[in-house]
Formats: sequence, C-alpha cells, structure tokens
Amino acid sequence: MSTIVILPDQATARVPKRNYLTNENGILSWLLTGDHKRIAILYLISITFFFFIGGALAGLIRLELLTPQSDLMASDTYNKIFTMHGVVMVFLFLVPSVPATLGNFLIPIMIGAKDLAFPKINLLSWYLYLVGGAMTLGAMITGGVDTGWTFTTPMSTHFSNTNVITTGLAIFVAGFSSIFTGLNFIVTIHRMRAPGMTWFKLPLFCWAHYAASILMVLGTPVLAITLVLVVLERTIGIGVFDPTKGGDPILFQHLFWFYSHPAVYIMILPGMGVISEVISTFSRKRVFGYTAVAFSSVAIAVFGFFVWAHHMFIMGVSNYAVLVFSLLTMLVAVPSAIKIFNWTFTLYKGSITFETPMLYAFGFMGLFTIGGLTGVFLGTSGTDIHLTETYFIVAHFHFVMVGGMLMAFLSGIHFWWPKMTGRMYPEKISQLAAVVTFIGFNFTFFPQFLLGMLGMPRRYAAYPAEFQVLNVFSTAGASILGVGYLLPMIYLVWSLKYGAVAGANPWQATGLEWQIQSPPLTENFTTIPIVTQDVYDYEWLERQKEHEVTHVG
Amino acid sequence: MDSHSIATTVDAHGHDVAHEHEHPAYLRHHFVSYEQQTETASFGMWLFLLTEIMFFGGLFTAYMIYRNWYFPAFVAGSHQLSIFLGSLNTLVLISSSFTMAMGVWCAETKRHKGLVWALIATLILGIGFLGIKSVEYHEKWEKHHIPGDTFSVQSFVNPDSDAEAKAAHDKPLGLDMARKTEVYFSLYFAMTGMHALHMIIGIALLCGMLFKAVRGGYMDGNIAFVENFGLYWHFVDIVWIFLFPLLYLISRHQ
Amino acid sequence: MGLSPVLWQFLVKWMVNFAIIPPEASKIASQVDALLVFMTLVSLVGLVLVGLLVTAFSILYRRDRNPVATQIEGSTLLEATWTIIPLGLFLVMFVWGSVLYFRIYTPPPNAMNIYVVGKQWMWKAEHPGGQHEINSLHIPIGKPIQLTLISQDVFHSFSIPAFRVKREAIPGRYTTVWFEATTPGTYHLFCTQYCGTQHSGMIGDIVVLTPENYKKWLDSSTSGVSLAQNGERLFASLSCNACHNGQPDSRGPSLANVYGSRLTLASGSPVLVDEAYLRQAILNPSAHITQGYAPIMPTYQGQVSEEGLISLVEYIKNLSSNYRVQQTLNTTELLPEQPDKVPGKTNGAPSAGAQGVAKP
Repeated sequence: MSTIVILPDQATARVPKRNYLTNENGILSWLLTGDHKRIAILYLISITFFFFIGGALAGLIRLELLTPQSDLMASDTYNKIFTMHGVVMVFLFLVPSVPATLGNFLIPIMIGAKDLAFPKINLLSWYLYLVGGAMTLGAMITGGVDTGWTFTTPMSTHFSNTNVITTGLAIFVAGFSSIFTGLNFIVTIHRMRAPGMTWFKLPLFCWAHYAASILMVLGTPVLAITLVLVVLERTIGIGVFDPTKGGDPILFQHLFWFYSHPAVYIMILPGMGVISEVISTFSRKRVFGYTAVAFSSVAIAVFGFFVWAHHMFIMGVSNYAVLVFSLLTMLVAVPSAIKIFNWTFTLYKGSITFETPMLYAFGFMGLFTIGGLTGVFLGTSGTDIHLTETYFIVAHFHFVMVGGMLMAFLSGIHFWWPKMTGRMYPEKISQLAAVVTFIGFNFTFFPQFLLGMLGMPRRYAAYPAEFQVLNVFSTAGASILGVGYLLPMIYLVWSLKYGAVAGANPWQATGLEWQIQSPPLTENFTTIPIVTQDVYDYEWLERQKEHEVTHVG
Repeated sequence: MDSHSIATTVDAHGHDVAHEHEHPAYLRHHFVSYEQQTETASFGMWLFLLTEIMFFGGLFTAYMIYRNWYFPAFVAGSHQLSIFLGSLNTLVLISSSFTMAMGVWCAETKRHKGLVWALIATLILGIGFLGIKSVEYHEKWEKHHIPGDTFSVQSFVNPDSDAEAKAAHDKPLGLDMARKTEVYFSLYFAMTGMHALHMIIGIALLCGMLFKAVRGGYMDGNIAFVENFGLYWHFVDIVWIFLFPLLYLISRHQ
Repeated sequence: MGLSPVLWQFLVKWMVNFAIIPPEASKIASQVDALLVFMTLVSLVGLVLVGLLVTAFSILYRRDRNPVATQIEGSTLLEATWTIIPLGLFLVMFVWGSVLYFRIYTPPPNAMNIYVVGKQWMWKAEHPGGQHEINSLHIPIGKPIQLTLISQDVFHSFSIPAFRVKREAIPGRYTTVWFEATTPGTYHLFCTQYCGTQHSGMIGDIVVLTPENYKKWLDSSTSGVSLAQNGERLFASLSCNACHNGQPDSRGPSLANVYGSRLTLASGSPVLVDEAYLRQAILNPSAHITQGYAPIMPTYQGQVSEEGLISLVEYIKNLSSNYRVQQTLNTTELLPEQPDKVPGKTNGAPSAGAQGVAKP
C-alpha cells in the first residue's frame, strides 16, 4: 500500500535540539509552565492515567456480567463500580480529552499565535483538573459513590450512604477546569488570529473547538450550581429537590440534563474536528463543503442547548413538552448527518492512503453513524419508551463516545504525534491496533443493542439467564478492546526513544502547524506568519515544496 | 522553512535578543501589541461574566418555579426580611460600584491618590455589605428560619407570634403551605449566599489590588486588572439588584 | 401499513424466535415494533450507503490509482440533498413516534385502574378489589388497564418489555401508563431506573390471564377489603367525615361524585379532579381550596402512607352519595367517651375518641 509519509534521511536526521520540550529543564519548569504545549502534554499524561482507571472499572463491570448472578462482587460494590466508571470516563476523560490535549497544543499554532490568550489560566485549568481528579480518586478509595454518574435525586440527596458530597464537589472543581479551557479557546480564536487568518481560513479543527467551547462556557456553570444544590440538600436538607418538603426531584433532572446534554456535544465536537483534519490530509483534498461543516458545528452547539428533556421522556413531563423536545432532537441530528456525508465526499476524487490516523477516522465514521442513528431511535418518543433505561442506551452512548470520540482521539494522537514529539510511531503495529480496536469494539457493544431491544435494564448486576449469551459476547469483545487500547500505550512510549525522526511535515499536510519544526519551538513561530494561502490549500503546499530547502536539526 | 532558527541568538524564552522590541515591559510575549492584550483580557472577563450569569441562572430558574407553585409561602417568607436592611445594602452596593468606577477612572488618568482612596472606599462598602448581610443571617438563625433540622414554621402558622409577620398583617398559613417557606428560605440562602461568596472573592482580589496600588502600582498604563475587576464588581452589584426585589419585595403593599 | 399482515406476522415471529425483540403481548407492541423496523431499515440503508460510498471511493481513488487529488469546493445541491432527505426521514419518525407516545400515555376513559407503589426494592400492586401483590401483576387479556404509579422513596421505573411500555415511578406525584394485553403468559417486569443496592432484584412477573382465569385469581387473592372499603375506614378514622359530611353547612365541600368533575378553586382557576388532584388536596390543601370554602383543611403530610392515600383516592373516586359518610359520623357520636353529645345530631364536630392517626 502506498503511503504519503516522507521522512527525512534517518542516517543524518535529528530531532531539533531547541524545542518546547528541551527549552527549560527541571520539574518546576513543567509545573509552572505557561506554554500551551507543555500544558497539553501534562493533560495527556493525566488523562491517560484516568482513562486506564475508568477502563479497569469497565473491565470489572464486564467480568461481573459474565454470569447472570451477582456473584463476582456484592451489589453495592457493582453499583459503585459503574458509577465511578461513568464519573471518571465522562468528567475526567471524555470532556477534557481532545480539547485539553490536542486543542491546547494546536489551536494557537493553527491560528498563527504564540500561545493561548491566557496562559496562566490554562495552567490553572490543569491544576483544577488534577484537584477534581484527586478528589474523585479520594472518594473512590474511601468508599466510592453509588448513585450513578447522573446523581439522580432523591437517591443522591437522601438515600445513598456513599461519598456523594466529595464526588459532587470534585466534579464542580473539574467543571471549572472545563469552563476556563473553553473561555481561553473562544478568546484566543477571536482575538489572536495571525494577519490574513480570517474565520473562513480557520481549520475545521478550530471551528469544532470553538463550538465546543461555547457549550463548555455556557453549559458547565449550570452543572456547577446543580451540584452545589445537591450538596446543600444532602448536608443541611434545604428541600429544593425533596418532595416531602415541597421540592421537586424533576427540577434536578432539568437542571442536570441542561448541562449534561450539551456535554455530549462538548465531547464529540472536538473529535469531529480531528476527523476533518485527518480525512483531508489522507485524501490530499480540502474538506468537501467546508462552510457546511463549519456551520454544522455551530448548529450542533446551538441546537444542543434545546434538547435536554429527551433524557426525561418517561419521567412524567407533559406530553406536549415531549413533542417539542423530540422535534428539536430530530433537528440536532441533521448537522451530524451533514458532516458524515461531507467527509464521505471529501474522499471523492481524492488520493487516499490508509495510514493509522485514517484507519481510526474510517472507524469513527462507521461507528459514529451507527451511534448517531440509534440516537434517532431514542429521540423518537414512541420508541424511546421501550428502549430507554435499557442496554440500548448504553450501546448508543458507547458507540458515539467510544466508537466515535475515543477513535477520534486516537486518530488525532497518532496524527499529531510526530508534531508533538518529533518522532514517528511504528506504522504496522499501530494499524494492527486500530483494527483490533474496531473489531473488539463491535463485539463489545453491538450485542448490547440487542440486549436493550430485549429489555435488559441498565445498571443491573444480575440479570435473567436468557440474556447471558449476549453478555458473554460483550465481555469477550471487551477483552479484545482492552488489547487494542494497551498496544498504543506501549508503542507510543517506545517511539519516544526509538521512533523514526519525523521532520516538520511527515504527512505533507497543509495547516500552519505542519510548516514549523517538530517538536515546535516554545514560541511556536520565530516570526508571526502572514496567511495568504487558503485552508486545506494543497496547491499552495505543492508550490512551497518546489521552493523549499528543508533543514532539520 | 525553518532555516533562520539556526543562525539567530536567542535567550531562554526564545526571545530574539538581537532586536530590541519597543513595547511596554508588561506586554506578554504571546501578544502582538498592548492593545491586543487589553482587548483580549476584557473579552475574557465579559465571557467569564456570561458564565456567571448561567451559574446564577440555575438558581433563578428554581426560584421562578417554586414562587409560581407556592406563592403564599414566598410572600410570608419575603415579609420576614427587613426592607430597611435590604435597601441599605442595595445603597451600599451601588455606592461601591460608583467608587469602583471612580477607581477605574483614576487609574486611567494616573491619579494615584484617587485610585487608592477609591479602592479603600469600595473595600469598606463591600465589607459593610457583608456585615449587614451577616446581621440579617444572624437574625434568621435566631428565628429558626435556616433550612434544615432547626427550621420552624411557627412564624407562619401563627403570625401574631412574630413581629415581622404581624407588622406585615400576614394571615396564618395552613401547615402544608407554611412548610413550603423552607423552600423559600433555601433559595434565599442559596442565592444570597452565592452572591456573598462572590463578594468575598471580590474583596480578596480588591485587597490584593489595594496592596499593589498603595505601592504605586497601576500608574504605568497597565490597568487591565483594575478595569476588569471593575467589570466583575459591577456584575456582582447587578446580581444583587435582581436578588433584592425578587427576595425582599414580594407582595409588599402599603 | 404498506406491508402485508402475513409478511409482518412472519417477520415478527422470526425476530422473537431469534431473540431480537421480546414477544409482542400488548396491543401497542406491534405498532411500536413497526416503527422500530422502519427505523432499522432506514438506518441500515443509511449505513450501507455511507459504507458503500466510503469503500468505493477508497478503492477508486486510492493513491496508487489516483495520485493527484482534484480539489473540490463543495456542492450546494448535494448539501441540500443530504440535509433535506435525512431531515424528512427524521420528521416522519418524529410524527410516527409522537403519535405512538400520545397513545401510550393517554389512557382510554374505560381503563381499569391498578395502583402500583414502588419502593426500595419491590413493587406493590394494589387492585381496586383489594388484591395486593408484591413484584407481580395479574391482568386479564382484552381489557385496557391503566397503572397509576408512585414511589415511596427514590425514582423507580416500571418496565414491561413485552408490552413495549415503561413509566417512571416518582416520589411525590402520580404517573400513569396504560396497555391492553393480548396474549396470556408470564412476562418480565423490571425496574429500569437505578434505585440503589437491590435495583437488579426489583424484578417480577406480569401474569396475563384469560378472563376466566383472571376471575378465578381475583376471587382467590382478595384480602376481603377492597381499596375503597379501606379508604372509607381511613376517611372516618382520620376524621375527614367531620368536615366533608355533605351537609349544607359543612366546613368542607361534599366529595360525592367530585371525581371527574371540574372544580373552581379559591384562586379562580378551574381544575379537573383526578387521582393526582385528590392526592395533592389531601397533602397540600392550602393550594387546593374549593371556591366558597375557608382554607382550614389541615395537611395530612406525614400522617398517611402512599397506600393510605391510594385507598382514600379510590374511596372518593367511588363515592356517589354521602349516606355512609353521615352514618359513620353518627356511629362515632355513640361512643361512650362523649356523654355530652346528643346522639343523632350531626353537628360535624369530631369527637376526640374517634380521631386518630391511622397509618395502614
């Protein structure tokens, strides 16, 4: 198979001596850095740590579900494990994953700036994330939480005997990490674009992060106040959600989902931004319908605020409210469909190669399509009654989050690995890992659609015996999936020392980040670029190559 | 494309020492000009205030719903608050916004003494606000109107036993509606408490700013912090302007 | 519906046998399945379309075969096409699904009502005839059944996959769902809203019986006291009859035939008297004063359980005259503790001996 990778001559090539990694030494230069790239690496390490904790918890869930009885662990323990799995994966992995690592690293470079608008706030974001993460771990170690990551009241306020307050406060703190990251991105994209970098020359990666940042900034505060109210209710019994005191537990549902639905778009939009970049590069083509893709990101962000009650269709809200929210949910599904088609047609008359990032991108497209379409099953009120609160929901969100978001994250990590580290990862094993992940994923989560259709409820430690076969399939798939995730850990770390020297632009990609050295200088650019070329301008790139004399080292 | 990077001499920050930049010392290096830096900081603060609106928004939503459901309880609860102290606090806070605005003007026009006095005045007014608030909270504690285990509906079931309820000519509430006053007070404490927390944070920042101003700071044109703090302080004031009528002035006919 | 009934039956049977869908045991089930099949087909078509296009383009335009890409800006026509067609399909699903939703959550007026109380970690079903069940529900085929659900503690969700219905059971408020069973058999009942330690254990059986068997079951399982009878007992022991005695000078409005009527509240707003209203009026009377009456009804919050409330609601639902109300008043006045009361005079004052806190 042909490849577009052009590496410098390995006999003479060296990773540039002066770069953001070597610029300053010592642990304090990392812990007190303002450099967006170093902060991105700090995030990458912490996020990976929490991912493996969440993954281990997932492994325990799947092990318990091998048998119909609740025999591996006590029911209470199982309840804690799926709760912590959700909390860690949603708040400590999915929400920050692409924005805090790839977004932080790339957005200033992509727009031609030397850093984000507020470097100190960026560092504060990371520390808030660590504090939130530490508090979550503390809650886990000292007894766990068993309310489900959705903290449904009155369970969480009056009936649970676990560390609800600690976890609620942990998420509160981590939420501010998210808010500050989003705030930084919005201000940076508005104010710090290089001369000539107009809005419609921004890479779609930036558009996607801009849209996600709007959601982060406007949605997360509502979660924050909701958690405060839950903590107050649990400590002093204020009564806002307590029906015996005149409060309404459904109010909690409205407030919680007002954030938590936009949250899923916070999680997926940056991943979609990655896919735009990857598909463009590996088809050697500008993205088909750039404006449509850019606007669809913003449309998802805007519509995403108005659909929250589709998580509450069976909770006794008025039938007419359900009508409105179901209709809006159909509307929010359309921009995602637009993107999938635009990416598909980017391949048309392209020049396609199948390096690892592209394999993950293909996986994304297939799995996100399934996940998104099953979302329509759920947004349709009449079928939601049968499917909600079952494994259909579990399968749906794992398809979009793991099959979608996580694949996009891995695609992005592989794509920009040479830029971030100066090294190439080994291609063959990474392609294998991508395929293994895809196969393992489908084995794990597709049976869960069937389980949900059959009525198996979610959050069950024990289940009727007739559901066992599908559960065993699912667990088997999970073990394959685990391998697929472990492999990158190993070979990416290996590549830091033994990987090939990548050079500035191994993929021959457009984009300002590929026109500077790998790894970049701390200040990104020695002189601020003046942008004359279009976005995804492969013809400009060809002309550059004719004039360039590449120096490496 | 990166061929220049070999030849130039650079310091530890990658700063090209061969060329002296003409810019103020306080220009951060990722900005192109001081203008860009101040505009960016201002934009950031406005955006942050937008998040604060969303933050308080959750509480206002809860308030709207419960006031609609339990209006008599909200009336009775509201009559327990002192209009005098609430109005006084409103006056105090508006004045502090004025003194803060004066402070920003002084910083802009490089009036050192003016800035210091304006900040001191704002600080005193801010602390005064919190003082009055704590008097109010203490009174609530004494009357067992703090939600939780100590909450008592006596004042609402039997208004004659309560000075404020009697003065407002409140009718006795049925026990079920009287119990809903706990929801009112929960929202009162949550909303004014959140507001007070923001005041406390503001006062802490104000102290830091005052400390720096006394030492001659903010006279070199680098006043973004003062301006943006002013924005934050005005926002906290505006939140109170909403809280005051919603909490204190429910059904107060003369 | 566009598909021959025979073909549809065959398809459903195949899907049930291959354990893709639960058995269809209610009237609405096949309607829900029809929509599910439609959505699955549309999704398959969409997925296959995207899959084929991606595969075809990847083969036709791979680098070996097409070394130079052709830069294409986009196509407004294509954008419009793949915006409008998906939107159109989604809107079809929306309309279809909304119709189904309204059907499932709008009980017919002749539905037989069964109360279900969820608590950690069991379901308690209360039949109007006084049959009580735990973690099971016996129902006849061919009759519309409405469930009135409430929780005693946290959120639960009453789910019958074979009927394609579920509904949340919430503390503080009734929710309802209805269905009509079509096939005798035993089907799963699940709690599907996470509710704590024994959430996975809060399961049971929906036992669908033929009308004859159902009658046999009713006769054999009755507790001897119907819900309404229990309600009548509570009505007297909680002294509701003192004010709601149907006399012209009574302090509370007469409750005979009030269920299903439209009342005007003291605030002027009209209200339909249904189960939810009755429950609220007992717990939060201050907000539910009938026009023309003083707001003196005390609250019974904390004095009566959800089962007690259900009994009271059932009693009031079936109350067509105040005859027995007044009878019970009369009997209380004959108690020896009230020697100063003149027997036969119904002045409505509750006697201390008859009053009591009753938590059934």
